[in-house]
Amino acid sequence: MRKSNNSIRYESRAGSISVTLLTWFLGLLFFFPIFWIGLISVRQEVDAGTFPPKWTAPFTLGNYGEVFTAGAKNFLLNSVIASLLSTIIVLMLAYPAAYALSIKPIKKSKDVLAFFLSTKFLPPIAALLPLYLILQKIHLLDNIFALAVLYIAMNLPLSVWMLRSFLKEIPKDLVEAAELDGASTVKILYKVLAPISMPGIAATALICFIFTWNEFLLAINVTGFGAATAPVYLVGFVTAEGLFFAHLAAVSIVVSLPVVIAGWAAQDKLVRGLSLGAVK
Amino acid sequence: MSVLNHSKKENRKRRLPLYPALILTIILTQIPFVVTLIISTFHWNIMYPKETKFAWFENFKTVVMDDRMRAALKNSITLTFGVVFFSTALGLLLAILLDRKFHGRGIVRTLLITPFLITPVASALMWKHIMFNPMYGILDGFATQIYRLFGGEGVIAWDFVSQHPLVAIAVPMIWQWTPFMMLIILAGLQSQSPDILEAAAVDGANSKQIFIRMTFPHLRQYIQLAVVLGTIYIVQSMDFVFTITQGGPGTDSTIIPYQIYLTMFRKYEYGEAAAAGVIVIILTIILSNFALRLTQDLLESEK
Repeated sequence: MRKSNNSIRYESRAGSISVTLLTWFLGLLFFFPIFWIGLISVRQEVDAGTFPPKWTAPFTLGNYGEVFTAGAKNFLLNSVIASLLSTIIVLMLAYPAAYALSIKPIKKSKDVLAFFLSTKFLPPIAALLPLYLILQKIHLLDNIFALAVLYIAMNLPLSVWMLRSFLKEIPKDLVEAAELDGASTVKILYKVLAPISMPGIAATALICFIFTWNEFLLAINVTGFGAATAPVYLVGFVTAEGLFFAHLAAVSIVVSLPVVIAGWAAQDKLVRGLSLGAVK
Repeated sequence: MSVLNHSKKENRKRRLPLYPALILTIILTQIPFVVTLIISTFHWNIMYPKETKFAWFENFKTVVMDDRMRAALKNSITLTFGVVFFSTALGLLLAILLDRKFHGRGIVRTLLITPFLITPVASALMWKHIMFNPMYGILDGFATQIYRLFGGEGVIAWDFVSQHPLVAIAVPMIWQWTPFMMLIILAGLQSQSPDILEAAAVDGANSKQIFIRMTFPHLRQYIQLAVVLGTIYIVQSMDFVFTITQGGPGTDSTIIPYQIYLTMFRKYEYGEAAAAGVIVIILTIILSNFALRLTQDLLESEK
């Protein structure tokens, strides 16, 4: 990847420094709300709502302790189950499919890809009522595994496209050589291709994880108290009254942290996942 | 080796790895669609189960004539357009700024993408309470400071969310989506061939000419892709409306997904909700056909 822009060479030194400062300023400005909730999450409630902030206010980790004692634990656990389970199954299904759409393409691979893409355009709100009614009928409302199945459907198209864009970069000779050696499709997939496409598989996994962890519409409507995920727990704060800023800040950070870490880790591949593999 | 010349057996073998993913996707995305279509033709309110009956297209008429739905459509268009426009403009600016070497470039990029990663409900709550709260929020706290700086007395307790509900929803959404736009446009900037740019510079083109004549046309398809994908994600999302205003005051900030949600789970008008869903699907199909044509080049180059 090219790192510098050629046009910059013609700028004066002072100009270059001020552009750098502007960039830094905008970066910090964008990050400021997060920095701010980080700050008040380690304050006591009485100090959390003051502006300008009292820099000398006592430091406390009590809010974080409270997140877990106040019962966020089950919600977080549900999020972990739904995200991990759906991500693993999505990869198991999407990886072979991506193979059949790239390295050994089937006849109508273009049509199949277009179909996968078109499902991504379907608004989830239009599918919500039937999904709710079907789950109700088969007694799987408020079931974390049922939610995971919905997440599989949500992430499959994206993962097929993304994995395919990684598999396309692998030289076909490698697969042909393995075929001449008499390797089966399964062996080619898991012994030959998997090790070299690991970065792509890992990036796809992280993207799926981000989307499922943050998902809200399905989670709030098809789960009750038993299977509700972390974003649903946050809804309790929508109409909160009184002193709760410090607690809310700590909860927000705990809920967001797994995704922020996953996103930072997948930074270089993030754009590829978000653009369904179209942009590298 | 051409795809078309395989034997039937070879083709079957090739299709095999595709089936599990394809079949599951068909079942989980097409069945709900068919069910929605069926429900949309019934009068069906679970509060009055005995009155359930076939209604032809009456639900569609009700939905189209419904003032709340109309308000929601108007707000959806305004909100989506506003968020996409401002996040794309900001994303373009930030991408250009990031496409140069400077100290701490990696850190600034990391700071800038973080808003996109924060759980949307958490980010909405943070803006609603910690930023916009009239008593303790930063916005009013900051305004009060400035006010006092100019000799004002007392505090400013401006209830931003009630007075400008759509803006109060749009600002956090722009904050969240700018990094997305920035990443795609930045990838576009970095995919330019440095040789060609250098050649243009050698031929005497200045940096402004290079940007207008070469970089911008090259970027156009990336901006289009960012706008198309951003629009699809943003128009479908109701996390911010649900959390910040619940569509209010009145119908001032309700949007289509939220209005359908209310029809479903507050009014229990299943038939109407399904009809609205069908209308949304039809609109989406039209919109995405148009969108796909715009972005075909980038997606096609993959094929």
